[in-house]
Amino acid sequence: MASKYLTGTGSESKQLATWYFTFAAILFGAQLLFGLVAAIQYVMPGFLYEILDFSIARMLHINALVVWMVFAMFGSVYWLLPDETGIETIGIKIGKLLFWIFAAAIVVVVLVFLFVQVGKADATTIWLITEGREYIEAPRWADWGIVVVALGFVGNLFLTGMKGRQTGIVTVLMADMIAFAGLYLAGMFFTDNISVDQYWWWWVIHLWVEATWEVFVGAIAAYGLIKMIGAHRQVVEMWLWIEVAMLFGSGILGLGHHYFWIGTPEYWWEIGALFSALEPLPLVAMFVHVLYDWGKTQGSEEEKGNTHSVINNKPAFTWFVLNAFGNFLGAGVWGFFHTLPQINLYTHGTQFTSAHGHLAFFGAYATILIGMFYIAVQGTNGIKVMKNTKASIWAVSLITGGMMGMTVALTIAGYVQVIVSRAQMGATWAAYFDGQSGMWFTQAMDWRLIMGILIFTGFIILAKDLLTTGKNPVHER
Amino acid sequence: MANKSVWSDNRFWKRTATWVTGFASILLIWLTFDTSTQIAMGNDQDLQNKVTKRVPGPTVINYKITYEMSPKRGHEVPIIGGNDGKGNSLFQEKEKFFGRDDYSEKEARALLHLGKLGSQAKNCMDCHTLLGNGAYYAPDLTKAWLDPAWGPNGAMQALTGKNTKEEAMAEFLQHPDQYPTHARMMPNLGITAKEAKGLVAFLKHMSSIDTNGFPRNFGKIKGAVHGK
Repeated sequence: MASKYLTGTGSESKQLATWYFTFAAILFGAQLLFGLVAAIQYVMPGFLYEILDFSIARMLHINALVVWMVFAMFGSVYWLLPDETGIETIGIKIGKLLFWIFAAAIVVVVLVFLFVQVGKADATTIWLITEGREYIEAPRWADWGIVVVALGFVGNLFLTGMKGRQTGIVTVLMADMIAFAGLYLAGMFFTDNISVDQYWWWWVIHLWVEATWEVFVGAIAAYGLIKMIGAHRQVVEMWLWIEVAMLFGSGILGLGHHYFWIGTPEYWWEIGALFSALEPLPLVAMFVHVLYDWGKTQGSEEEKGNTHSVINNKPAFTWFVLNAFGNFLGAGVWGFFHTLPQINLYTHGTQFTSAHGHLAFFGAYATILIGMFYIAVQGTNGIKVMKNTKASIWAVSLITGGMMGMTVALTIAGYVQVIVSRAQMGATWAAYFDGQSGMWFTQAMDWRLIMGILIFTGFIILAKDLLTTGKNPVHER
Repeated sequence: MANKSVWSDNRFWKRTATWVTGFASILLIWLTFDTSTQIAMGNDQDLQNKVTKRVPGPTVINYKITYEMSPKRGHEVPIIGGNDGKGNSLFQEKEKFFGRDDYSEKEARALLHLGKLGSQAKNCMDCHTLLGNGAYYAPDLTKAWLDPAWGPNGAMQALTGKNTKEEAMAEFLQHPDQYPTHARMMPNLGITAKEAKGLVAFLKHMSSIDTNGFPRNFGKIKGAVHGK
């Protein structure tokens, strides 16, 4: 009965999911391209000067990042809803309409960012061009558009979740997505007080990426384990609830590690240090959980005398395992490096943060969402067992290897800044440029660019692999 | 099911997750109320009554601002209008800002408003860091107002041909492409003279915010940690 929902052909929700995934993949490519422009500018400062300046390239880089992930997250939910609830998603027509509104709005915002870039210092600019607040630069009109789209999405999720079978995964997603959407409101106001500005700005950024998005990843990983290796639902959902407790238990007050230096009181030192130091723990748990379930399921099959792999989608599972480890390494380890105030005093606002940001966004989110692309490709093409292909292996190796290399390069650049610009020279304008011109820093930036090219090459191969899966005879149908 | 342990019961973990999340959220909301009171912007009355605020009122632009070690707190703090010798502000010594040190609350607030809007309209944060947050392609602006490069002995006043810090900064902001300091240059963002004045007011105000000693040793180093 539920089998028609296994493929994208029988379910409108899954069809909508593929639209979301496709648009997400295009934006992912755009993110990498603008990242390359910004990386080139570190090496050749005159590149596209006063045409597409670093500020614009970088803004497009990080906004494309956020938006492709949000699109892929919406897509993931629309994909798994019929499987989890056993019914077709309710309000799917509105869902499809909202997709087009969302996509059109994003295109307009990007065109304005590209061709208008900046505006006069007045409210019109904030409403129509840019809000100029990192990650959430989208102008206010688009903010309201996003709120409407998010409400529609959450509405679909709730109506379907309440009518259909309410699994643990769906329950977690319902609670998580309403918080995810609601938090966006904290970033939609203007104030002259920059401390107040950044206080609430972090509510959006931190409570997304270090709380609600992480819980989302936990739920998707749970779904993936059931889907790809046939892990036992009760075990998976127990893990999921434990992860929710640990992620929110550490992540919500871990917000304090952004409140060390923005004008906020000193007690955030202790609160931020304590809770953010606990944030890696659930990430260790998630990694253990994925490997444990895999070993357990494979082991029980082998006991029955079956020697075949329990994995029915090798490329997707590869990305899911990378997610489990990358989340721990990028968000956990690289985050912990500089989360204590004694260290953060010197690392705050250096390439150290950038190193952490790159590996964390990649390890925690990009990986699992690429995994979801593969699950969708499997579903829409009616593939029973999806194998690794040369392209899928090249893609994962180039992207992951490039990302690790980039992280190491940025970490070294960060060390130079911490030691030269901050500890030694005292953080002035001159200190900043002394650090930037150091040999280790400039070499690190060269390497970062090389690694960026590797990642982009990997992306092209990934896109090719995803697009040619339908015709590839290697997969079992 | 009688022998089933609570530790392997999904309902137990679901409730745990709910309670932990609820407790953390309530604690965060409670702390937010306290922090919001502490970081609310002060006003001119506070400055005249010598009340130290974490985020002083906009008329702080009428005063001399420095960044000095507080022995009590163990790090630098913004000092407004002179130091009492113990790391506390005296709120006495004024400093001319574009030729005046008598900006009214209304005037100063309007300048700050313009500057804050400008900082967003020009995407400052996508190259610079403000309070340490933003991009890392250009220097941090948290204490830019206090940067020796713009002071009487720094290079920027001579470079821009201006005699005061604020005029040099405003000139640079309007025509950054005319004053290259490094291969990496700030682009011309079409900043008007009025906007530049607002932006400099915004920077001066930001330097007066109590950032718990960030950045450490700002502008005091001649080659060593804690050096003078």
